[in-house]
Amino acid sequence: MSFIEVRDLVFVYNPDTEDSSEALHGVNMNIEKGEFVALLGHNGCGKSTLAKIFNGMYTPTKGSVTVDGIPTDSEEHQIEIRRRVGLVQQNPDNQLVAGVVEEDVAFGPENLGVEPEEIRRRVDNALKAVGMYEYREHAPHKLSGGQKQRIAIAGIIAMETGCIVLDEPTAMLDPRGREEVMSTIKRLNKEQGITIILITHYMDEAVQADRVIVMDDGNILTEGNPREVFADVELLKKHRLDVPQATELAYKLKKEGIDLGDVPMNTAECISLIEKLISAK
Amino acid sequence: MLSDITLGQYFPAKSFIHRMDPRLKICLTVYFIVLVFSSKNFLNIGLVYAVILGAMAASKVPAKIYIKSLKPILFIVAFTSILNLFYGTGEPLVQFWVLKITLNGILNALLIAVRIIALIFVSSVLTFTTSPTQLTDALERLLKPLAKIRVPVHEFAMMMTIALRFVPTLLEETDKIMSAQKARGADMESGGIVQRIKALIPVLIPLFVSAFRRAFDLATAMESRCYTGGYGRTKMKTLKISKADVITMIFCAVFLAGFIALNIVLPKVVR
Repeated sequence: MSFIEVRDLVFVYNPDTEDSSEALHGVNMNIEKGEFVALLGHNGCGKSTLAKIFNGMYTPTKGSVTVDGIPTDSEEHQIEIRRRVGLVQQNPDNQLVAGVVEEDVAFGPENLGVEPEEIRRRVDNALKAVGMYEYREHAPHKLSGGQKQRIAIAGIIAMETGCIVLDEPTAMLDPRGREEVMSTIKRLNKEQGITIILITHYMDEAVQADRVIVMDDGNILTEGNPREVFADVELLKKHRLDVPQATELAYKLKKEGIDLGDVPMNTAECISLIEKLISAK
Repeated sequence: MLSDITLGQYFPAKSFIHRMDPRLKICLTVYFIVLVFSSKNFLNIGLVYAVILGAMAASKVPAKIYIKSLKPILFIVAFTSILNLFYGTGEPLVQFWVLKITLNGILNALLIAVRIIALIFVSSVLTFTTSPTQLTDALERLLKPLAKIRVPVHEFAMMMTIALRFVPTLLEETDKIMSAQKARGADMESGGIVQRIKALIPVLIPLFVSAFRRAFDLATAMESRCYTGGYGRTKMKTLKISKADVITMIFCAVFLAGFIALNIVLPKVVR
């Protein structure tokens, strides 16, 4: 059984009212423990809705979602679900509760009723894991966006959830902040085996995942490892979705009759492919 | 810039007053306020001052900062002293019309000024050496018994914590909105009071809208971190009464005993 199982999931906002709208129309997916999955798609394609369904903030209108075998659709299981799946949101300012970094990180474990010494240990470890240990006594509003977002991630790690859903965590950050957050996420996934579900519309972030799921208008358009998904440039273009710059360049070159032979995922790969082509001539 | 305002006037330093249990500090502040109010003569207030000044010195906060804290209340000190100056009894030293100044009046005025300044110093020692989070934490614990009669103590403390956390964020935002409105030609620096208040509306509305949006996000964040209210919650930082705290308490108890004894033995010193 998979860690998260989504079966025929339909989600309707404001059901039984005039402005009800269906955000998800029968979605199926599995997410395994320790996986790094990127969810891609336009604004309003249902990816943020899905994030809130994963940790029980929303419950399915039809179909079912189970986390670690626990159905998300009843009130009494909500705490159990949230002990397993943590959520990091887009705006780094709006999700920090306390006025001191370490106290904010302690907020989750405090809610779970963990013993004080154990909280201390978890907070220190979580802050070290995101590289913010030296800032533990700072006030969050004096930190940069990327640092705040790392604190938010530490807050989830301290709860020892095992799975973190990040809803466009880098959308409000500058390039440096984005890099900080991305390398933190990847490290947590590789070193601590934390399951990562990254919702993004930056293609160069999605490329770094083990698996990419592309959503369009409440349905899954395509999924697979990044190489497979981005190889089908035509399909993504048809749905007005971007592909990584390097992939796009290779695609355009191919159209002009220059075949690089493979689909590059990033600049370095693209350069080596072009070099190979030139030296072959 | 608006965001330059420092909230709470916490002054970080490493002194034994800083390390003292914040609950004890709050209680001692009340204790000293009571002492100051019951000091009706210069000998008494002098003794209280000795301890307060001692605490101020021990706090390692520069004297300059304490003096600065007096500034906003100088007017009140002056006002009440001058008022008291004319309410003295006994032989008038100077008299014009119905206003007379007596020796007793001068002493009273001086005593009042000294007492108000003592109150400011005592509360400054508390706010300078205790961070806002420690303060709310201590208040929550001190008021815990009230939870038994259904006073939502935890909820108040949580509100305080969140308010303290978001004040700088909202100030920063106000700054941004003001610049944005100015860039669109809003005039906020000229005109009469009515006009200036009206000019604030285009700042306040976006600020409110964004505050609500933040509140929704924050609620989601708190819920997804398993917040369900105060029940079953633990705290990372537990407050413990240390040896130094006990010594301080003993000292204060002895001081109080001495203070009372002195007033019984010598009821009419320096009047």
